[in-house]
Amino acid sequence: MGTASRLLPLIPLIPALSALVLAVAGRRLGRSSSGRLACGAVGVSFALAVIGFASMLGMAEGERSVTVGLFDWIAAGSFTAKAALVFDPLSGIISMVVTGVGLLIHVYSVGYMSKDKDFSRFFAYFNFFTASMLLLVLSENLLLMFVGWEGVGLCSYLLIGFWFEKKAAVDAGMKALIVNRIGDVGFLLGILMTFLIFGTVSFGEFLPLVPTQDTALLSVSGILLFVGAIGKSAQIPLCIWLPDAMEGPAPVSAYLHAATMVTAGVYMVARTAPLYAEAPLILALVGVIGAVTALYASTIALAQDDFKRILAYSTISQLGYMFLACGVGAFGAAIFYLVTHAFFMALLFLVAGSVMHAMAGESDIRKMGGLKDKLPITYRTFVIAALALVGIPPLAGFFSKGTVLWSAFREGYTLLWAVGVAGVFLTAFYIGRVWALVFEGRFRGRAEELRRLHESPPSMIWSLWLLAAGSVVIGFIGIPHASWIERFLAPYLAVKTVEPSSLAVEVGLTLLNIAVAIGGLLLARHLYLVDRALPERVAAGVAPLYRFIKGKFWIDELYDILLVRPFFFLSRVVLWRLVDKAIVDASFNGVGRVVRLSSEVLRLSQVGNLRFYLFILFGGAMALVGWMVLGSA
Amino acid sequence: MSLLTFLIVAPLVGSILIGILGRRPGSSRPVALVSSLIVFVLSLLLWVRFDPSQPDYQFVESYQWIPSLGVSFLVGIDGVSLFMVLLTTFLTPLAVLASWDSIEEKTGAFYALILILESLILGVFIAVDVFLFYVFWEAMLIPMYLLIGVWGGERRIYAAIKFFLFTMGGSILMLVAIIYCYHVHDLQSGGGSFDLRLWQGLVLGSGLQRWLFLAFFAAFAVKIPLVPLHTWLPDAHVEAPTAGSVLLAGVLLKMGAYGLLRFAIPLFPEGARAYAPLVLTIAVIGIVYGALMALVQSDIKRLVAYSSVSHMGFVVLGIFSFDIAGVEGAIFLMVSHGLSTGALFLLVGMIYERRHTRLISEFGGLKRVMPLYASLFLVVLLSSMGLPGLNGFVGEFLVLLGAFQTARPYAVAGAGGIVLTAIYLLWMYKRMMLGEVDNPANLGLRDLSRRETAILVPIVILIVWMGVAPGSFLRSLDGTVELFVSRATDAFGIE
Repeated sequence: MGTASRLLPLIPLIPALSALVLAVAGRRLGRSSSGRLACGAVGVSFALAVIGFASMLGMAEGERSVTVGLFDWIAAGSFTAKAALVFDPLSGIISMVVTGVGLLIHVYSVGYMSKDKDFSRFFAYFNFFTASMLLLVLSENLLLMFVGWEGVGLCSYLLIGFWFEKKAAVDAGMKALIVNRIGDVGFLLGILMTFLIFGTVSFGEFLPLVPTQDTALLSVSGILLFVGAIGKSAQIPLCIWLPDAMEGPAPVSAYLHAATMVTAGVYMVARTAPLYAEAPLILALVGVIGAVTALYASTIALAQDDFKRILAYSTISQLGYMFLACGVGAFGAAIFYLVTHAFFMALLFLVAGSVMHAMAGESDIRKMGGLKDKLPITYRTFVIAALALVGIPPLAGFFSKGTVLWSAFREGYTLLWAVGVAGVFLTAFYIGRVWALVFEGRFRGRAEELRRLHESPPSMIWSLWLLAAGSVVIGFIGIPHASWIERFLAPYLAVKTVEPSSLAVEVGLTLLNIAVAIGGLLLARHLYLVDRALPERVAAGVAPLYRFIKGKFWIDELYDILLVRPFFFLSRVVLWRLVDKAIVDASFNGVGRVVRLSSEVLRLSQVGNLRFYLFILFGGAMALVGWMVLGSA
Repeated sequence: MSLLTFLIVAPLVGSILIGILGRRPGSSRPVALVSSLIVFVLSLLLWVRFDPSQPDYQFVESYQWIPSLGVSFLVGIDGVSLFMVLLTTFLTPLAVLASWDSIEEKTGAFYALILILESLILGVFIAVDVFLFYVFWEAMLIPMYLLIGVWGGERRIYAAIKFFLFTMGGSILMLVAIIYCYHVHDLQSGGGSFDLRLWQGLVLGSGLQRWLFLAFFAAFAVKIPLVPLHTWLPDAHVEAPTAGSVLLAGVLLKMGAYGLLRFAIPLFPEGARAYAPLVLTIAVIGIVYGALMALVQSDIKRLVAYSSVSHMGFVVLGIFSFDIAGVEGAIFLMVSHGLSTGALFLLVGMIYERRHTRLISEFGGLKRVMPLYASLFLVVLLSSMGLPGLNGFVGEFLVLLGAFQTARPYAVAGAGGIVLTAIYLLWMYKRMMLGEVDNPANLGLRDLSRRETAILVPIVILIVWMGVAPGSFLRSLDGTVELFVSRATDAFGIE
C-alpha cells in the first residue's frame, strides 16, 4: 500500500487541478479539449480509486484502513486539524461511486451542454465539485470534512445558478446556500462540541474513545452534527431548497442533487456511526426524521407536474429511507441504499434531461406523452431506473430498499417499517404516473414539437445505458444473508450483532414489498391510461387536501410569513430606521448640537484650525503630566 | 538607524520627495508607489528575521526624547504588531495603485498624505512607549481627516468631523488613564517612565483596574467600532476616497483591537476580566446587529462598512475568550478582514470609477459584461463569508473554538452570525452580478484593466494562501499569544 497511499491525495487533487485549468484557461482550450480534460480528470480519479480499492481487498479484514497525513492545516493552542485523508471500505466505496457515476455524468454533460456558451465554465464547476466531494469523503477529520462539505455547497450554489441570467435559477442557488448555511452552523457547533469532549476532531482518534464518554455530551454532539446532515441531505425542516435546485441543468441535478452531494449527510452519520450508536435517543430522532421526510416528500411528489421536481421530491424521500436505516442502527444498509440510489436516481435525472433535451427544455409532464416511440433508448433506460427505484427484483432497489425495510422490522421499529412500506406504494404510484404521462398514451404537445423530437446524441445515450446496467447489477453486492457490502463495511461501522430471525417472515415481507410496489404501478396505470377522467374526479372530491399537497404543504409560504418577512421587518424598520438612525445616530448628533450651542459662548477661542486644537490637546496633556511630575517630586 | 525606525521614516521621506519633486501626478504617483513598495519589502525582512518562540518585544530600539518626563522613542514588535505592520505595508501600495486614475485634484498632497498616514499607522503598531503610542494614535487622525475632508464625496465634511470627534472623544479618556498610570508608576518605582514593559509591573487594585480598563476601552471601542459607537464608520466609509476606505477598514479598525491586545488587557487584566461578560455581550450584539444592518443597505460601501462592524465583533469575541486558539483566531481574523474588506472597497472603487454610483439597485447582471470582475468579487466575498479553504474561515473557526471553551453561550450566538453573513453577501452579489443586464448604463462597461487586475491578484493569492496554509502565520503568533493569555488569566495568581 506504500505507493497506493502516495497516490491517495491525487484522487481529489487531479479534478481540482483540472478545475483550476478550466477556470483560468477554459475559453482558450476550446470545447472539445475542455470536455476531454474534465472527463479525463474524473476518469483518472476513478481509476485511482479502483486501484486503491483493489489493493485494499487484498488486505486482512480489520486492517483495511490507510491514513495519509499531509500537513498540519490549522494548529493553535491545543487544537490541531491535519490535512489527512483516509481510505477505508466506507470512503473507498463512496469515492468509487463519486468518480464512477461522476464520470458517466461528465460524459453525458459533454453532449447535454454542447451548445451552451459557458461550456468550459460548467466543467470547471463540475470538476471542482468532484474534487470537493472527494475531499469530503476521504477526509480523516471533521474539520477537513467540513472543507469538502462547504466546497460542495459552493459548487451547488454555482451550478444551480449556472444560467445566471435566469432569475429563478439564481434565486434557487441562493436559497440552497443559505438554507445549507443554517445546517452548517449545526455542523460547525458539532465539531466544536466534539473537540470539547474528546480534545481532537480526528475520526481515528475520537471514535474509539466514544464508549468512554457521557451519553448526554455525545447526544449534544450527535444532534448538532445531524443538523448539518439535515441541511445537506434536505430533510425536514430544511428540505425546502432541493426542489428549487432543479432550476440548474439536468446533469447537475443528477450528480449533485441525486447521486452524491445530497447523500453527504448520510455519509457523515455513517462515518460517525459509533458516536450515534452510543446516543440512542438521537439515533431514534434520525430514524423518525428520515421516515417522516420519506412519507412527506413522496406524498408531495404525487401531485407535481414538473418532471424534475417529481424526481427531486423522490430524492428527498429516498434520502429519508437512508436516515431511517441509520436510525434503526443499520448503517450498512443505509450505505448500500446510498450506493444503489446513486445509480438509479442519477439515471432518472439523466432520462429527464434527455427528455427535456428532446422537448427543447420543456419539463411539464402534462405536455408530454407517447415519447416511448420517439425516444426508445431513453424510454428503456427509464423503465429500468423506475423499476429499480420501486424495488422490482432483481434490480438494485429491490435488494437495497428491502434491506432497509427488513432492518427496521427486525430491530422492532414496526411503525418506521410501516411508514417505509407506505412510502413504497406512493413511490410506485408517482413514478408510474410519470411513466404513463411521459412515455405512454398520445403526445399532448404542439405538432411542431412532435416533429422535432429526437433521441439524444451518443455520449448521452452511452451514459444512460451504463447507468442502467449499474442499476441492474449493483444490487447484487447486497443479497440478503450473503451481503458482501454489509460484511465488508461491518468492522468500520458500529454494527450490532443481528439476532437470528424468522426466514419465513423475511420472505413474506419481501413479497409484500413487491406486491405493494406493483400495486402502486398498476393503480397509476389505471388512473392515467385507462380511466383518465378519474384523477380529476378524485382531486375534485378532496379538493382542499389536493391543493395542500399540490402546494407542497405550503411550507415555503409558511417560512416566508414566519421567518423571512419578520426578519426583514426587524432589520429594515426596527433596527435600521428606528434604532440605528433615529436613536443611536441621532443621539450622538444631538450631543454634537448641544455642544455646539454651548460653545457659541466660547467661540472667541475658536480659530477653526484642527492642528491648533490638537496642539491645545497635547499642550494640556503635557501640562497635566508636568504638574504631576512636579507635584510628586 | 535600524529596521523599525526606517519603516516609519521611509514613507515620510517619500512624502517630502513628493513635495520637492513637484505635485504633478506624473511624479508624485511613482514616488508614492516606490516608497510604499520599499517599505513593504523591508517589512518582509522583519517577518523573516522575527523569532516566533520569543514572546518579548523584538527589534527594540530606544532613543531619548523628553528625558525629564521619561518619554522615549521606544519601539519594538511582537507577533501581533508584526502582522499589523505587514498588513499596513501590504495594503498601502495597493491603495496608491487604486488611486492612480481616480485622484485628479491636488494629487501631490494626496499621495504625500497617504505616505504620512502609513508612517503614523506603523508608529502606532510599533510603539512600546505609551506616550509615543498616544502621539501616533492621535496624529494619525489628521491625515485621515484630510483624506476624507478634501477628496471625499458630497457629505465629506460631515463625515470627516464625525470621524474626528468620535475618535477624539474616546481617546481623551485614554489620555487621562495614561497620565494616571504614569503617576502611579512614578510613585511605585520612583521614576517617571512611559515604557510599557515597566508598566506591566504596576500594582493596581481591582477597583482601580476597572476604571483604567474602561478608559482605555472607550478609546479602542470607538475605533473597532463596537455597537453603539459605530455610527461614524458608515459615514466615513461612504464619503472617503477608495484609498481612504481601504486603509480605514483594512488597518485603522484593527488599531482598536490591537490596543486591547497590547495595552488594555495586559495592563489591567482584572479589569478586563470583570468587564468580559459585558464586552462579550456587546461583541455578539455587534456580530448580529452589523449583519442585519448590512442586509438592508442600498449603498455598497455602507453594506461593507456594516459588515466590518459584524466581523470586528468576531475579533473581540476571540480576544475576550482569553483562550490561545481564540486569541490567535482573532488576530488571524484581523488580518483576513483587512485583506477581504480592503479588497471589497477596492472592488467597489473600481465599479464606482466606471459608473459614479454605489447604489446596488443601479447594477445587475455585471457577470456577463465584466466576468473577471465578477469572479474576483466572488472570491473576496467567499473569503469574507468564511468559506473553508480561504482565509476568513481559519480566523472565524478559531475564534469560535476558543470562545466555545471559555464563553460558550457567546460562541453559540456568534455562530448564528455566519448565516446572516451569507445572506447579506449573497443577496448583494445576486443583485449586482447576476440576472440580466437590465440597466443600459451597464452594457458597455469594460472588464478589469491590467492595473486593476494587478491590484487584486496579490490579495486573492494571499486569501488562498492564508486559507490553505495558515500555519506559516499562526506559528509567528504562538509566543506572543501564550504570553498574552497567561497575563490575561493568571495575573495575580487568580484563576
